[in-house]
Amino acid sequence: MGPDAAMPETAPGAPSAAAITARRLVGRLAFYTFVVVVGAFFALPMLWLAFAPFDAHPTLAAHPPTEFTLGNFPDLLKNPYALPSLLNSLVLSLATMALVVATAAPAAYALSRVRIPGRDVLLYVLLLFSSVVSGTAAMVPIFLLVFELGLINTQAGVVLVLAGGLIPAGIFMLKDFVDSMPTSYEESARVFGASPFQILRDIVLPHARPGLAVIGVWVFVNVWSNFLIPFILTRDPGKMPAAVVIYNFYSEGGQANLRLISSFGLLYSIPVVVLYLVVNRRYGFRFYGGLKG
Amino acid sequence: MSPREAETPAPPLPASAPPEAGATALRTRGAVAFIAPALALVAVFLIFPALWTLYLGLTDYRLTGIQAANPQFIGLDNYAAALGDPRFGNSLWVTLVYVFGSAVIGQLGLGFTLAWIFRGWRGASRTVLEILVIVAWIIPSSVVAFLWIAFLDTHDGTLNAVLGNADVPWLFSWPLLSIIVFNTWRGTAFSMLLCGGALSTLPPSHLETARLAGASSWQQLRDIVLPSIRGHLLTNLLLISLWTFNDFSPYLITAGGPNFGTETLPIYIFRNALTNFQLGYGAAISAILLVINLVIALVYLRVLRKRN
Repeated sequence: MGPDAAMPETAPGAPSAAAITARRLVGRLAFYTFVVVVGAFFALPMLWLAFAPFDAHPTLAAHPPTEFTLGNFPDLLKNPYALPSLLNSLVLSLATMALVVATAAPAAYALSRVRIPGRDVLLYVLLLFSSVVSGTAAMVPIFLLVFELGLINTQAGVVLVLAGGLIPAGIFMLKDFVDSMPTSYEESARVFGASPFQILRDIVLPHARPGLAVIGVWVFVNVWSNFLIPFILTRDPGKMPAAVVIYNFYSEGGQANLRLISSFGLLYSIPVVVLYLVVNRRYGFRFYGGLKG
Repeated sequence: MSPREAETPAPPLPASAPPEAGATALRTRGAVAFIAPALALVAVFLIFPALWTLYLGLTDYRLTGIQAANPQFIGLDNYAAALGDPRFGNSLWVTLVYVFGSAVIGQLGLGFTLAWIFRGWRGASRTVLEILVIVAWIIPSSVVAFLWIAFLDTHDGTLNAVLGNADVPWLFSWPLLSIIVFNTWRGTAFSMLLCGGALSTLPPSHLETARLAGASSWQQLRDIVLPSIRGHLLTNLLLISLWTFNDFSPYLITAGGPNFGTETLPIYIFRNALTNFQLGYGAAISAILLVINLVIALVYLRVLRKRN
């Protein structure tokens, strides 16, 4: 189509300029109403988390603190489970991250560089299982397996289960990344007699650092937020991560301690929000699904 | 580490590969050793549990009593029991409504609408709105669940305050709608980002041409945009449906109540298997969920393959 196609707008018989302006005005009005309503929909539930932690007497309603205080945070020390659970979350997240990166990186490298017979079938099966087998659908055997291995109520049990669920997607993301890396450095290192392990450690891994960082953060955020797996695998409150402990704070009977829940909830949420925003800015982040619960 | 994992060889130093062999540094044997640790973990903690679910669903396994020591093979009895249990039918229906309402209408509908109005709109208000949607997605579920418990509270909740002290007991009178809205709030960002990415792949000249030809926004959307990003929308839809079918987070708000009104399949499985310890029966329901997942995933992989 050429510029002629624009003619009808100004041709005789078209709606008058006033009618067009009026229609445009209604359109704008509808647009802004929509934006304000959606903005309120997303902002209002979140406001509580911004205000209540700093209120000496928070209620369930979101309102600016009636009596501003920072005292809710030091008071967290008085609860025997709050701060230790953040440490548990950190241990779980870092351990799973290390395990997933350490196993997915060599696997992704090998799958990218070598034509192993049956590679495509293997990749397909991995992708299929990792999307089909969620923590929810497999909670019975996961519970039994960890029980039989004697790992109920241990960090190791949670880490192994979460790693098993995240590794396939980790391999895919890293394989994409390695596929896009040139092979020339690896080839020259090979000519000089470097072993595959040396090549992986000294050449591939340093080049793949941005990819590894993205996978690392992705695993960290997933594990930090995961509720279901530690919920079914840990019994002892001292070993539970923050995701489960905060649920216990509000699900147990009696008056909910809003000072505790709000300040603890904020402290628990900040690391993943900050991590996401930083990584997103640096690498243009893309989350994939995985074991979500 | 599990005992099984220890059987797999540690990352090797295969000096056996002569430097001149092959086009790449790794040969097949080395490659297998590189893949083995990852594969071992996935096999033990992902693939084995899935297969075990299928087997357990055919037994009367329980955690206590005679069946714990000596579970019997009972064939399809668990499935017959499920079909005869109105709570199972209820749970399946609740799950379908939850997936349709929160994933299809809520997340995809709202996510696409946001991506559509964000196209070509730069400015502070857009950035603020986008960050709000994304932060709602990043905050851990167990915190979001409480935010919604507070927001929907009958007497003190912010929603009722905004509506003029309405005192509506949302979680009691509209439990399913409540968790649908909660999940829409929590998950819209993913669809918004994915649709935004898809829209940015459209050559601007197409829309420009259509606009100059006098097509309204709606016509552009229907005749040009939707047909060209159909593949993206479909993969998005399949992914979020899959996740929502398996979403356990309504448990955090309603624990399945009141009166089983929000008892989705994951919650039904959890209650039967890990609260009442009827592991065989829970596994049978899990197997049904696995089949639902499998169907969605197979369609998803087909679509992906076609697109590549």
